[in-house]
Amino acid sequence: MSDHDPLPGPTSDGTASADPAVDGRARLVTALRRPGSRGQLGAGVLLAVLGFAAVVQVQSNSQDAAYVGARQDELIALINSLSLASQRAENEIARLAETRSSLLTDTEARRTALERARQLADERGILAGTLAATGPGVSVSIEDESGAVGASNLINGIQELRDAGAEAIEINDSVRVVAQTSVRDLQEGGIMIDGTRLMAPYLIEAIGSAPTLSSGLQFARGFSYAVERVGGTVDIEQMETVEIASVREPTSTEYAEPAPSE
Amino acid sequence: MIAGLGLVLGVLLGLILQPSVPVWLQPYLPIAVVAALDAVFGALRAFLDGIFDDKVFVVSFVSNVLIAGMIVYLGDQLGVGGQLSTGVIVVLGIRIFSNVAAIRRHLFHA
Repeated sequence: MSDHDPLPGPTSDGTASADPAVDGRARLVTALRRPGSRGQLGAGVLLAVLGFAAVVQVQSNSQDAAYVGARQDELIALINSLSLASQRAENEIARLAETRSSLLTDTEARRTALERARQLADERGILAGTLAATGPGVSVSIEDESGAVGASNLINGIQELRDAGAEAIEINDSVRVVAQTSVRDLQEGGIMIDGTRLMAPYLIEAIGSAPTLSSGLQFARGFSYAVERVGGTVDIEQMETVEIASVREPTSTEYAEPAPSE
Repeated sequence: MIAGLGLVLGVLLGLILQPSVPVWLQPYLPIAVVAALDAVFGALRAFLDGIFDDKVFVVSFVSNVLIAGMIVYLGDQLGVGGQLSTGVIVVLGIRIFSNVAAIRRHLFHA
């Protein structure tokens, strides 16, 4: 199709009845200056439709240009690779979910163990005297005007309290009684407990079941009897809460080692 | 002038509304646009030749679009839609080139 063909399409009426004297350019300029006839309205509407459609097409084309021109086998390969990728992703998800659940179980177990260990440490700490403690118990005041109450009486009392299930014992708010505690009389009066010199009156505080502790001290020919016999007085008070604040440095064993458990 | 304004208006509408092309129209819209472009360049050439006619333009525009769409539809039914679309585009492209060449001669005398 060359330029010399009779014009197809819009000009195919073919009758070149133009005035050759009028230049095409001049005609265009004139037409652009004037609003134009009513007939131009239809052309304007069509051109508007064309512009609209062209812009829409360009925009929709720029949105998903990737797959528009693709052939069928390319698309099939694409779909195959996508489904492979999604399968891989699903496998990955399953694997990760498994890891996650195992980690959750792990964490749960570890938390339980930690909880248990912490609880155990607390209990041991209280029993070993490294932690301050509070709870129900008794407060035993021993008046000793004559100075006759000595180490043996106190050891007796501590022993009775332990028998009755005392979990923490403190003397005179300053010495925590533990497994290694030693008590001895001093020549110049008073007693020496774990290197601390204490003078009467003595105050023994113990945490445990208050009635049991109290009766443990008061049974016939027991602690109270012994103290009162040498001239002291014992006053036992059952308390809702006994505060035992004094603690002891944790001691590490030098010779003893844990025996291997079978 | 009205025609030029119409073109600008259509482009602006498309840019502002940004509609998405419905699926059933997707194969036909590009061909229709090219066919309409052919009609528009033919009309511009006719105008410069001094033989422009509103009625002829409207009829050629509509028939160009319809025929282009019909060819694509037919090609799709026959299973040669892609090739036929290419053929239509080639033919319309050649016509647009020849029309633009005539327009160029009118405007630049070269």
